[in-house]
Amino acid sequence: MEALLTEAFLSSLLTGAIVAAIPMLLAGLGEQMSEKAGVLNIGIEGMMLMGAYLGFFVAFQFDSIWLGFLGGIVGGMLVAVLMAVLCVRLGLNQIVIGIGLTLGVEGLTALLHHFQFSRTYPRLPAPVRADLPLLSDIPVIGPSIFSRHPIVYIALLSVVVLAYLYRRTNLGMTLRAAGESPAALDVAGGNVEGVRVFSVLFTGAMAGLGGAYLANVGAGLFIPFMTGGAGFIGIVLAMLARGRPLWVLIGALIFGAALSLTTALQVAGSNIPTDVIQMLPFAAVMLVLMVFGRKARLPAALGISYERGAR
Amino acid sequence: MSMADDIETSETASVQVAVMRRRPALRVAMLTLGPILAAFVLSAVILMLVGVDPLKYYSYILQRGLFSGLGLEQTATRMAPLLFLCASLIIAFRAGIWNLGTDGQFLLGAVIAAATAPLLVGVLPGWLVLLVGFVLAALVGALWSILPALLRAYHGVNEIITTLMMSFLGVLFASVLVKLVFLDPATTVPQTRTLPVADRLPRLFDTSISSGLIWGLIAVIAVHLMMTRTAFGLRLRMVGANPHAAAHAGLSVPLLTMAVFALSAGFAGLAGASEILGVAGNVRADWNPAYGLMVIPLVFLARFHGIAAIILVFFYSAMLIGSESAARRLGVPQDFTLVLVASLLICLGLGEYIDHRMRQKEQ
Amino acid sequence: MSGLATQEMDLPPDPGAGVIGLNNVTKHFPGVIAVDNVSLTIHAGEVHVLLGENGAGKSTLVGMLAGLQEPDDGFLALAGNRARLASPVASLDAGISTVFQHSMLVPTLTVFENLILGAPWYKRPNRATIEQRMGALQRDFALSLPLDAITGELSLGQQQQIEIARALLRDSRVVILDEATSMLTPQGAEELGARMRKLVQSGLAVIFITHKLSEAYRFGDRISVLKQGRLAGQLGPERLATLSEDQAIDEIVQLMFGRDSGGGDAERRQTSCTDEVLLDVVGLETEGGADVMGLHAISLQVRAGEILGIAGIDGNGQKQLAEALAGQRPVARGRVQLQNNTVTSANVAERRRMGLRYLTDDRLGEGSIGAFPISDNTVLKDVGEPPFWLRGIERPAQIAQHARDLIQHFQVRTPNETTPIGRLSGGNIQKILLGRELLGNARVVVFNKPTYGLDLQNIEASRQRIGEIAAAGKGVILISTDLDELMALADRIIVMEGGRIRGTLDNDGGGEALRLRIGRLMAGEELEQKATA
Repeated sequence: MEALLTEAFLSSLLTGAIVAAIPMLLAGLGEQMSEKAGVLNIGIEGMMLMGAYLGFFVAFQFDSIWLGFLGGIVGGMLVAVLMAVLCVRLGLNQIVIGIGLTLGVEGLTALLHHFQFSRTYPRLPAPVRADLPLLSDIPVIGPSIFSRHPIVYIALLSVVVLAYLYRRTNLGMTLRAAGESPAALDVAGGNVEGVRVFSVLFTGAMAGLGGAYLANVGAGLFIPFMTGGAGFIGIVLAMLARGRPLWVLIGALIFGAALSLTTALQVAGSNIPTDVIQMLPFAAVMLVLMVFGRKARLPAALGISYERGAR
Repeated sequence: MSMADDIETSETASVQVAVMRRRPALRVAMLTLGPILAAFVLSAVILMLVGVDPLKYYSYILQRGLFSGLGLEQTATRMAPLLFLCASLIIAFRAGIWNLGTDGQFLLGAVIAAATAPLLVGVLPGWLVLLVGFVLAALVGALWSILPALLRAYHGVNEIITTLMMSFLGVLFASVLVKLVFLDPATTVPQTRTLPVADRLPRLFDTSISSGLIWGLIAVIAVHLMMTRTAFGLRLRMVGANPHAAAHAGLSVPLLTMAVFALSAGFAGLAGASEILGVAGNVRADWNPAYGLMVIPLVFLARFHGIAAIILVFFYSAMLIGSESAARRLGVPQDFTLVLVASLLICLGLGEYIDHRMRQKEQ
Repeated sequence: MSGLATQEMDLPPDPGAGVIGLNNVTKHFPGVIAVDNVSLTIHAGEVHVLLGENGAGKSTLVGMLAGLQEPDDGFLALAGNRARLASPVASLDAGISTVFQHSMLVPTLTVFENLILGAPWYKRPNRATIEQRMGALQRDFALSLPLDAITGELSLGQQQQIEIARALLRDSRVVILDEATSMLTPQGAEELGARMRKLVQSGLAVIFITHKLSEAYRFGDRISVLKQGRLAGQLGPERLATLSEDQAIDEIVQLMFGRDSGGGDAERRQTSCTDEVLLDVVGLETEGGADVMGLHAISLQVRAGEILGIAGIDGNGQKQLAEALAGQRPVARGRVQLQNNTVTSANVAERRRMGLRYLTDDRLGEGSIGAFPISDNTVLKDVGEPPFWLRGIERPAQIAQHARDLIQHFQVRTPNETTPIGRLSGGNIQKILLGRELLGNARVVVFNKPTYGLDLQNIEASRQRIGEIAAAGKGVILISTDLDELMALADRIIVMEGGRIRGTLDNDGGGEALRLRIGRLMAGEELEQKATA
């Protein structure tokens, strides 16, 4: 067992945890805003996958990982626009449309991938890393945490920014009003539809960025169905975080660690099937839901469309 | 279920069907056929974008899935698991439960059937082998839903997330079981022991159609009658339509919720067994047809009506068979059917929205 | 606000035009004309009462002024200028603030957040300014609010104060109070009256919507009476000044119902009470929670032929008591005995079979399933029972016949028994639910707010039916927030507050004195020395 405690193992575990956590963190932060505003965004998996595809496509075509991230954001938002129009504007069932969008994007990206990349499987060059001076020299955690792609720092920074916006500006209160009691926000002069559309688009942008990270930084290529439920885990993170961005980060790191055990154990030469380890995050979610499920209070109007004057 | 209004519950579906009967036939045709047509057109545009001739593709699918003898037999065989899944979802949706975990329940049912049936051949009479396989699959499927069921029934935890999580878990767990526990020692590829063709569900007459089709049809019709004609079905619908009213009328909402999960997941397990005991004979590692989420649009389009669901499943199976063949011949990946299903869902939603608006204007 | 200000500069306000004018406004809803050609003028410095029964069109008028609905015909005018109020924002910008009948606050936000709700999202809340202004409001209008409390944890009266404070913080010129006293104690209503007086003295216009005649007289400067969507008449300040309360009420009743007030206050029922105890409840307790009131030491008896009234402000445990009696809510301690059977641990169906029936106040929320046809709703509590089901199989013809009989017997107005019950009016749903509860051998019937939200005709019919049920030798528990109703029907009146029985009073027809004693008990004062026997 001592092989498990080598520096290489710990380093790859920590690295893996962060690498795996970032997409879930971004998705969770995005979903958190939708859920606050009362939209259960089941389509987030599709937004992520579209972000991964378009992110990779743009990065590959223009040979720029940064343009790729922008492409990912646009991809996620494209799906989010559909979600916003169908569910917020027209008031269709959020779950059915969410599933529909996810299935559709899975099919569409697999189709596009097949006709564009399936023969060559092009890869992106290894992403640049931004070493934070001094910090990156610390053993084990130095290279794991402080020597990552800049997008990692952006994701971490967005936790702080969102926490600040929710706490210090009227944003948090406006979102919660839209999710708890849209009629109250409406008569107080707020714009329920505007708030909800904004939050869905924000979710799309974050999920798309997370997807682009998966493709461009995590894998270096696009594979159909590559998000593999990361978006759904984002939904769980958002549900359990009870509105706090920091809790999304903590949750994402825990799930990231569970996922990265796969690679870490392979590094350590273990022969446990990867399926077993891949089960861990989902099993963890169920465990957390069993323990805290009762407390995962959801907004009162979550999943319910708002129509003014409806009685 | 009206997708145009979330507050309305599943029960609205039957009301709407009743209302629709009194509406002009043209309108009904528009409401059902319109979205289907629009979905095919939308998907055709996507096909054209990737450089495939949609007319050629669609006619190929029709040719392979419907208008060739072998294709038709394959289509009929493919219907069996889909029908069991329809039965599963009709119960759940009519009772207001979002069971999104049918994929996991399906696979575990399949694995347990594949693990036990070949071992029992020769020990038990043939029909009993199959019966044991089906019963075990239903039990295992139901068992896999017990956590979401308990969480929903007694702690009010939203079942959408829990069933999805259990589905991911179930798919992986099924794979682990095949690789580690139920591995056939006689083969090099990781898969379960194989049920000999002679011991599988009998075929119908002189065709290659599995009699699983008959059982699937019985399942859907039985579920439909149960939900619409029996006291138990009405109780389940009451819980789905208005749990407060159900509690007020003295029903135990938690117990009925548990029953819905057990039945729905049990039928999903049966779906898995029907595929193994009828067609495949074994489960290979990492096999996952992922029928579960795909059947949802069909059940919605059928407005939870059993007969309508059977008709839609027929066409959908033909499409699956056709597209599998098209993947080999025309080089269009089978995942394209997902695009079609998604377009169908979205067009269906838009259709209901337009209908909703038109009715409002009329009033 | 700026747009409005320029309008005023261009056109000197016509004193006769008032702050708001409604000019021949009409509003249709599917199947009904909610407001029919109504013209009204709202003046600054006046409490303008809109008086009418349920369904008279008051709420629709409020909706139009609040920007939730727009008139189909006619128009609104602000300071004499034709204007549209197409959204709540437009209404707020025009200086109109509405305090709705059902709280329009976000329960999970703090008081402070609710006060500033609607402000641009990117801005930082300016706490200091709000605190300063709240200080002024406390001085001028006695509005004192804990800014950091979670809104949902405050009493309904305090929540109403938040909404009034919010209106004042927005510098509104018109404040609309929709059925504002329905959730308040008599004392709380008086305080609200005094506060409205201060508001109009500071130059605002107040629109006060109510269905209570005496409040209209005591608090209003001008009373407009609505009847079936039309303006039935108006009493201006000059006219009101010349009338005594009784005269004014007579005149209003004339306008509302087209007859004398004598029939408005239903006369006291002839008692049919016997000595046979049908229902005996001893020391009943239920668990409370964050949102639910727990019951403590509830003991009561209902005799055959008796109507036992239960008074109290809404939400003081009456609903929990009804549910505990019906078997719908678990009992923590105590005993419930129906005739000679202890039914404490019996479930809803068993109690129902033994004759204990419960007519809920939440007709659509739990009493019926709106999307189900009437026929299914008539047997909702007998699912699986013969003759409607045979070995679990439904017998649709039997159910349909039963539903048709019920429709005929209770004069339900509906196309047929297949109509979804949700499409019926409240009064017709109530008839169906009553028919369902009276099916078979009912012994004790618990009515929870049976006339709430019904029109006058249905109210009278319902009250008469309740009397008939008692006269037929059944026991009746009548939960109501309407003291007039209790004093007209009940033999004894129990007053509940905070989940306890605060006192039991014989309905001796004591008029004002009895009303006053009930009012005190409702506010939580114990009855001096009198045991709850």
